[in-house]
Amino acid sequence: MSPMLEVRGLSVVFDGFRAIDGVDLTVREGELRFLIGPNGAGKTTLIDVITGLTRPTTGEVVFDGRDLAGLREHRIVRLGVGRTFQTSVVFEELTVAENLDLAASFRRPLWSLARRGRGVPDAVAEALETTGLKDLAGRPAGVLSHGQRQWLEIGMLLTQRPRLLLLDEPVAGMSKDERERTGELLTSVANDHTVIVIEHDMEFLRRYASQVTVLHEGRVLVEGSVDEVRDDPRVQEVYLGRRRSDAVGTGT
Amino acid sequence: MNLARLRGPGVFAAVAVAALVVAPLLLEPFRLGLLAKYLCFAIVALGIGLAWGQGGMLVLGQGVFFGLGGYAMGMHLKLVDARGDLPDFMVWSGVEQLPALWKPFANPVFALVMVVLGPMLIATALGLLVFRQRVRGAYFAILTQALAAAFVILLIGQQGLTGGTNGLTNFYDLFGQDLAADSTQRGLYVVVAVVTGLLYLGARHLVNSRFGRLLVAIRDGEDRVRFLGYDPALVKTVVFALSAGMAGLAGALFVPVVGIISPALLGVVPSLELVVAVAVGGRYALAGAVLGAVVMGYAKTTFSEQFADGWLYLQGALFILVMTLAPRGIWGLASSARDALARRSKRPPAPAAPPADVPGGRIMEEVR
Repeated sequence: MSPMLEVRGLSVVFDGFRAIDGVDLTVREGELRFLIGPNGAGKTTLIDVITGLTRPTTGEVVFDGRDLAGLREHRIVRLGVGRTFQTSVVFEELTVAENLDLAASFRRPLWSLARRGRGVPDAVAEALETTGLKDLAGRPAGVLSHGQRQWLEIGMLLTQRPRLLLLDEPVAGMSKDERERTGELLTSVANDHTVIVIEHDMEFLRRYASQVTVLHEGRVLVEGSVDEVRDDPRVQEVYLGRRRSDAVGTGT
Repeated sequence: MNLARLRGPGVFAAVAVAALVVAPLLLEPFRLGLLAKYLCFAIVALGIGLAWGQGGMLVLGQGVFFGLGGYAMGMHLKLVDARGDLPDFMVWSGVEQLPALWKPFANPVFALVMVVLGPMLIATALGLLVFRQRVRGAYFAILTQALAAAFVILLIGQQGLTGGTNGLTNFYDLFGQDLAADSTQRGLYVVVAVVTGLLYLGARHLVNSRFGRLLVAIRDGEDRVRFLGYDPALVKTVVFALSAGMAGLAGALFVPVVGIISPALLGVVPSLELVVAVAVGGRYALAGAVLGAVVMGYAKTTFSEQFADGWLYLQGALFILVMTLAPRGIWGLASSARDALARRSKRPPAPAAPPADVPGGRIMEEVR
């Protein structure tokens, strides 16, 4: 089976600073891949390149056999790549259902959006169910808590039926309960989607991750299962920011 | 519940009756003509409400499109009055042959189509160019204002083609009707009022549709919308073109109503005045934009009759007051008051109404 996403020899240089320095990454269909690494490792930049927000200096990104170079952001979304952001951005003036509906309608021609549409599309109803936001459907998204916003964002992605989801730190700043619910949501999403998750939270990682790629200073440091990665001395050294002797036993 | 749903159409019907029945009966022709003029401004304001209030595009140069529509209409009327000869001002400027640009405007259908199509085409070209490059906020606002300034310079410079500073005036005949007659002016007023109402309904429909929600989403988070798979540049171009078309139509109606179109009516200052009017009326509601244009137009006339120079200061003060104290304008104040009353009259506090937070907040945010 050919990979869903293939990143080859990717480098991104900002004013002489190498944010990404020769990264190769292959993600197969149906995989749930975690990207971890200390601050400045290039995780978000990598996602920015895949989604067209940042142009690579060298290297290529191939999604489902198609080179994404030079495509504008909305074109990449239309090919089936969806993402969320670290700081969730939902449209506060619109209700939860309207946010989902807007996301769900993205393939409709522009003129047809001006027609008065009644009723809730299936995709929206489904997403309200999956994200557990059904009771809040009619409320403006501005009143949602931080956790609910992240779920709404993930729900918006789901209505678009993307083939690859990129989630940038979905549990950052969440309470323990919220984290757990996000984990459940993630597990159910990963059942039938290919997902890449950037995450800092080690506990979350241990509970929900299978395949992990560790980035460090713009390069891939290690790739493997959670256990392999956790036991790797290099990871302990860079990720915990200490020598191994200090890191062992802290266990986060 | 059902009553609340009927309130909007009820208010609209009441305003329609007042505008179409009561006003023509009560107002003397001079005042009715003034009201028609304010309604022309209201049509431009409606477009500004769409582009700025809903879409976040601060359009400071709507005078350009108003002027394009106005001149298209003015050229046609001039040619009709000239009856095959050269329009009077061309004779005075020593022009000997009708310029090629003028010739097609002898055809009324062409002129009327150009009234709307001309502004829309120019706005589309500009929009595609500018929005694709992701020019927005203050940069876009400055660009539109510069356009207005340049347009005025162009009009004044081409004396023989445009009538220069004097513009086009002295019209006598409107599609076979005597323009000076009271009945013509009355009829014109009705046409302007009906057009305003229809455009309002159309714009409202657009705002309440998915397209309208997409527009608000673009205003509040253009980059996010891009990652939903929409092209914000396209949506903004469409709305900018619609607002330009409205301004063009308003300009064309303005010409027979007021009897003149000249650079002084469509430069930077008149363009800004309309934006101020929309802000005062309430830019986030289309009705607020219309209200603002009519109220500010009326206030300008009334105030200027008393103190000729005072208006500018009052207008400036009003704008600052509204921007700092009531960013949602008169309309916002009115709806806050209504909500407060509704809450007081119901004993059990209604399920906490969503905080009426001010989108955008201060103007600087709008001008990101």
